[in-house]
Amino acid sequence: MTDRAALMPRRRELQPDPYVPDYKTSVTRSPALPLLSMESTPSEETGPRFGHSLLGPLDNDLIRNFSEGKALAIGERIRVHGRVLDETGRPVPQTLVEIWQANAGGRYRHIKDTYFAPLDPNFGGCGRTITDDDGRYEFMTIRPGAYPWPNRANDWRPMHIHFSVFGHAFGQRLITQMYFQGDPLIDLCPIAATIRDRSQLYRLVAPLDMQQSRGMDYLAYRFDIVLRGRRQTMFENKPEGM
Amino acid sequence: MVQPLEALVETPSQTAGPYVHIGCIPSFAGLDGVYPEDLGKSPISEGAKGEIISITGAILDGTGWALRDAMIESWQADAAGISPGDDGADPKVTGFCRFATDKDSGDFTLRTVKPGPVRGRNGQVFAPHISLWIVARGINIGLNTRIYFDDEDNSADPLLARIEQRPRVDTLIAKTTGAGSYRFDIRLQGKGETVFLDL
Ligand SMILES: [Fe+3]
Repeated sequence: MTDRAALMPRRRELQPDPYVPDYKTSVTRSPALPLLSMESTPSEETGPRFGHSLLGPLDNDLIRNFSEGKALAIGERIRVHGRVLDETGRPVPQTLVEIWQANAGGRYRHIKDTYFAPLDPNFGGCGRTITDDDGRYEFMTIRPGAYPWPNRANDWRPMHIHFSVFGHAFGQRLITQMYFQGDPLIDLCPIAATIRDRSQLYRLVAPLDMQQSRGMDYLAYRFDIVLRGRRQTMFENKPEGM
Repeated sequence: MVQPLEALVETPSQTAGPYVHIGCIPSFAGLDGVYPEDLGKSPISEGAKGEIISITGAILDGTGWALRDAMIESWQADAAGISPGDDGADPKVTGFCRFATDKDSGDFTLRTVKPGPVRGRNGQVFAPHISLWIVARGINIGLNTRIYFDDEDNSADPLLARIEQRPRVDTLIAKTTGAGSYRFDIRLQGKGETVFLDL
C-alpha cells in the first residue's frame, strides 16, 4: 500500500549543529560520537497515519479552541498557511501538522513557564490540522510575543510558532519553528543560530502575505515545509511489490 | 554549465523546546479539553496479539542527569513483524506511541506488544526492535535510536552488525528485569553513549 522506496539521506550539513555552546542546554544533550549512517529500512520508510476523524472543528483555530468558541484570545489576529512538500517537490497530502506557541505576551500555558507576562484565559496555545490533497494547511491564531529565556543573561526568543510534521514515514518526522519576517531578534537568537547556513535559517522566516490577508480581520503569513523525499528508481529490488 | 537539478532540501529542524508537551501531548501538560485525548497514548488497544511488554528507562545527559522534559515517540511493527497499515497487520496495533519523561523522576515507560522480526529489502531481516525519536530542549534535531531485546537473537541484525565498536551494541539492547519487563536507558553523551542513527 505504501511507497517503500528508500528515503533520501538527510543533508546533515544543512541541519542545525547538535552541539552549539551559545545554546547552553545543547552542550550536555548533544551526542559526541558520530551517528550510525545506513540506508533507511522499513522502520523508517513506514509511519503512523492519522485521519480527519481525529480532528475537531476548532482544532486549527487557536483564537477560539481553548474557550471552545466562547471567547476570543487576545492578540494580533493572524492566519498562518502553507504547503507541506517533499524534496522531490511533490505535495505531502493527508499528513498531521501540529503547532504550539506562546500567547501575545510571550507566555506559555505550561507549568515550567514562570515568565511574569500574564496568561490569557482564552488562549491555550496548541492547534492541529491535516494537509489537503495538495499538501495545504492553515491555522488561525494570534501572533505570539517574544520572550526572555534563561541562557545567557539577556537572551530573547524571536516571535515563533513551533511546528511538528509527520509526513508518511517515521524517518520524515520533523519539528521546527516558524519565525516572522522583520523580527530583529532572529539574528540575535542562539537557537536560530544553531543553523549555521543563514540561507537555510531564513527558510524558517515566514513572509507577510498581503494577498492572503483579510481587511479588518487578519494578516496572513506563508510558511512552506519540505520533508525528506524518497529515491525514485526503476532499478530496485522490490520485495514489497511496489 | 549543466542542466539544473530541480530538488528541494528538507526544512531545517529546530529544538522542540521545553514546552513541546503543549503541542504534542496537551492533556499531559494540563491543557485539558482542547483535544479529547493525547495523540499516541498507547500503541496497542485491547486484544492486540502477542506478548505485552513494558519498557522503563531514563534519558541521561552528559553529566548523568536524567532529562525531565523530553518527549519520545515510538514506532514499531506488530507481533508478526508487519507494519501497521500494511496488509495483514494486526488492527489492534497502531504501532505509534508518544510518551514523556517524568518531571520528577525522569523515567519513561512504554507499554506495548513485542514486535516480530521485520523483513527489509534484498532479503534482510531485522531482529525485533522498536524505533525511537527523541526531542527535548537542547536537542536541535530529533535523535533516532532503536530498542532491541536481550532475550531475542540479535546476531544477524543488519543494523547492529554495522556498529564497529562491539561493546556499543549493548547500548541498543533492553535488559530483562522481570516477566515481560525491560530496562532501557539512553545516554545522550559521554561514557556508554547510546548509538544514534542516521537512516
Ligand atoms: Fe518557544
